Amino acid sequence: MGLTQIGVSILAALLVGSLTRGAPRVYFLLALSVLAVYWFQPVVPLRSFDFWIPSLSLALVTLTWFITSQTGAWRARQNLIGLSIIVGLVAFIDLTRYTFPDPFITTTTPPRLIFVVGFFGFTAFAVSLLTTLSRRIAFTLSLTIILLVAILVILKSPVLSLQTSILFRTLTNRPTDTASALDLRWLGFSYISFRLIHVLRDKQTGRLPELSLPEFATYVVFFPSLAAGPIDRAERFATDLKKDFAPTHDETLLAGQRIAIGLFKKFVVADSLALIALNDTLATQVRTTGWMWIILYAYTFQIYFDFSGYTDIAIGIARLVGIKLPENFAAPYTKPNLTQFWNNWHMTLTQWFRSYFFNPFNRWIRGYKNIPTWIMLLAGQLATMSLIGLWHGVTVNFILWGIWHGLGLFLQNRWSEFAKTRFSTNNPRLQSVLHIGGILLTFHFVALGWVFFALSEPSLSWHVFMKLLNLL
Amino acid sequence: MENKPRLFPVLLKATLIFVLFNFAFIPVSSIPLGKLSLYNSVFPGRERFPFGEHPQAYNFSLFNLDAMFASHVLVGTPKASDEYRVLLIGDSSVWGTLLTPEQTLAGQLNSSAIAACGKTARVYNLGYPYISLMQELMILDEALQYEPDMVVWLTTLESFPREKQFGAPLVANSPDRVRKLISKYELNGDPDDPALNHASTWDQTFVSQRRALADLIRLQIYGALWSATGVDQFYPENYERAQTDFEADDEFHGLKPTASLPDALSLDILDAGMNAGNVPAILVNEPILISNGINSDIRYNFFYPRWAFDQYRLILNEYTSSRGLHYLDLWDLVPMEEFTNSSVHLTPKGEAMLANKVGEAIQNFCATK
Repeated sequence: MGLTQIGVSILAALLVGSLTRGAPRVYFLLALSVLAVYWFQPVVPLRSFDFWIPSLSLALVTLTWFITSQTGAWRARQNLIGLSIIVGLVAFIDLTRYTFPDPFITTTTPPRLIFVVGFFGFTAFAVSLLTTLSRRIAFTLSLTIILLVAILVILKSPVLSLQTSILFRTLTNRPTDTASALDLRWLGFSYISFRLIHVLRDKQTGRLPELSLPEFATYVVFFPSLAAGPIDRAERFATDLKKDFAPTHDETLLAGQRIAIGLFKKFVVADSLALIALNDTLATQVRTTGWMWIILYAYTFQIYFDFSGYTDIAIGIARLVGIKLPENFAAPYTKPNLTQFWNNWHMTLTQWFRSYFFNPFNRWIRGYKNIPTWIMLLAGQLATMSLIGLWHGVTVNFILWGIWHGLGLFLQNRWSEFAKTRFSTNNPRLQSVLHIGGILLTFHFVALGWVFFALSEPSLSWHVFMKLLNLL
Repeated sequence: MENKPRLFPVLLKATLIFVLFNFAFIPVSSIPLGKLSLYNSVFPGRERFPFGEHPQAYNFSLFNLDAMFASHVLVGTPKASDEYRVLLIGDSSVWGTLLTPEQTLAGQLNSSAIAACGKTARVYNLGYPYISLMQELMILDEALQYEPDMVVWLTTLESFPREKQFGAPLVANSPDRVRKLISKYELNGDPDDPALNHASTWDQTFVSQRRALADLIRLQIYGALWSATGVDQFYPENYERAQTDFEADDEFHGLKPTASLPDALSLDILDAGMNAGNVPAILVNEPILISNGINSDIRYNFFYPRWAFDQYRLILNEYTSSRGLHYLDLWDLVPMEEFTNSSVHLTPKGEAMLANKVGEAIQNFCATK
């Protein structure tokens, strides 16, 4: 999100928060979020894909709601209104093609109406088919999860993205030699898919409360958290949405402060650090060990201020409309061990993985009684952290980053077990030293991990490690 | 009721404070903030002025001569007792487009460690892209305070046309400096020329100055990368070579071969520079690409029809000999293959040829002193 989009989002949130109450507030938030899905979507070289990609997001949201809601729920008044808002706005955005000289919500001209009517028809058919199937075959929900994961893998894998782009270009008679993995930039899909998988899994386990379509759709594509999270839980979000909200002076002030802090973190601190932060080019250009450490520290703080700045902005804007999004960062670089770091870094993502992968995985592996505990632990940590790495991108370096942290968490766990019976001390000075030492060690372990995260190739990471150790 | 948001008063107060701050900034805009610099203290000074726009160059162009000088190694280098300080003035060929700092003329002269007048010559690259004598005079005038023993001024005909003098962005955005130069050296230019961007009151407010202020900060941040990498320019793997085939066009800035070239040239600015500060100066007619391609009988290169450049050489010869100035006419020194993306940009080998001649001239100057 750029400054203009943030500014307009703040203004829109102020207006909706101040002027609407009850159900209309939900409808307005849904409408704003639907518009934001299109407006925030960056332009892609494939014709009209800046319209089709957001439309697919909304189709997936609608489809998931239909298959997770009660039979016939769509006939309820609020759900019909929600459906009308989504369909109406998609149609409106497409009709701007005929009514305005230049596109103003999408970046390029939307497709012809006939194609959009076809898309509505196809979506209605898919929704109808899968909804019917889901009532009869439990596997339909799993099938939808597999579909979401498959899309995520394609989008996150440079090779698969490139091949998919070539396929689309071939189908639309566009030159394939200019195809790129960046052709399929799908704004917010990492977050949309994880919210959808969360509700699908909760539906499977019977933990999902009944949500109306406007509540559900607003939760998944809520405009402040669309691009960079956090990943809220549906039931918590819906609770806020159902509350009778009237903005107070204190609440507005707090929201404003949070937005101002976020803007400063992102656009002043992070963007300045970005100029000197580690990247593929700098990795080979930096001449001395000292400067390589400085460049790495710059990246370490840049990624924190960038991400946590966006989170602050999202939380602040959401507060203006009465939604208290969960925190995502709590001073992670000041934590004395890696477990605490991960409890305070991108918290909503780690909680998601804990709930939907780590805990089920542990339950599953504990079924094998003959496997030693430490292997169970190692496998759980490595698998979880590797998956978190893959969520950022299907590349070798992201896997290495995941393994780095998986091993780190495992070793820290073993060390804690070992040390607590042998090195317990009541000496406060020694405790302080150990605490500060833990913070420094954890910080540097995380910073060194970013060497994998920031660079595209293992060979570049190796080069940087050698330079950091003054071995080049 | 008391806890209801009072947004309007807050926004009104914020707006008022911002408007006041914005206009209170006007006196600040006249302070030479560009002189505040992390270069030459936290970071080493740059070997050449900041210039460029490619993000991988860790460099960019700005119109603040104070900041440009403050980032230059010249400002942070105390003159040693055995240093013979030579300033190179010129355009992008001196600055060194597509060349690393070591490959530029200044870099190659420094690596030769030329003995000059009983000392060792330390050569400073004060070249700056864009061809205009006024820009070069502006840089030279500012540089005189750093105790030069000699100035070597490399010029080419394209710097001379009167119509080009205020066209350089650095010149156009420094109207006060231009006014002072015109007054100090009694130049012919009009200080109120519309080509100069005279700042209005609004232009001096914080809102208008925000870009310039951000540039000053960005320049300091890039100091870290200059220090870390020594890179100050983007070097593309491939570039378009200088043009060698031309249209049958014999015009030079609208002038036909029958025109009087001297009337169109800013020889007054050259005169001012050659006499500035009573510092010994060598004028160099820098090498140009001499094409053998289509219509090369009409034009030497993209810039020059043959008649204009031939006349220009005669003018410079007559000008320097009549005033007893040191002059090197090196226009045909470098073969066509040793030019890169322009008719005046040289390869490292071409620069070495030029450095050889300029180095000899510096030594000869001392020998004849």
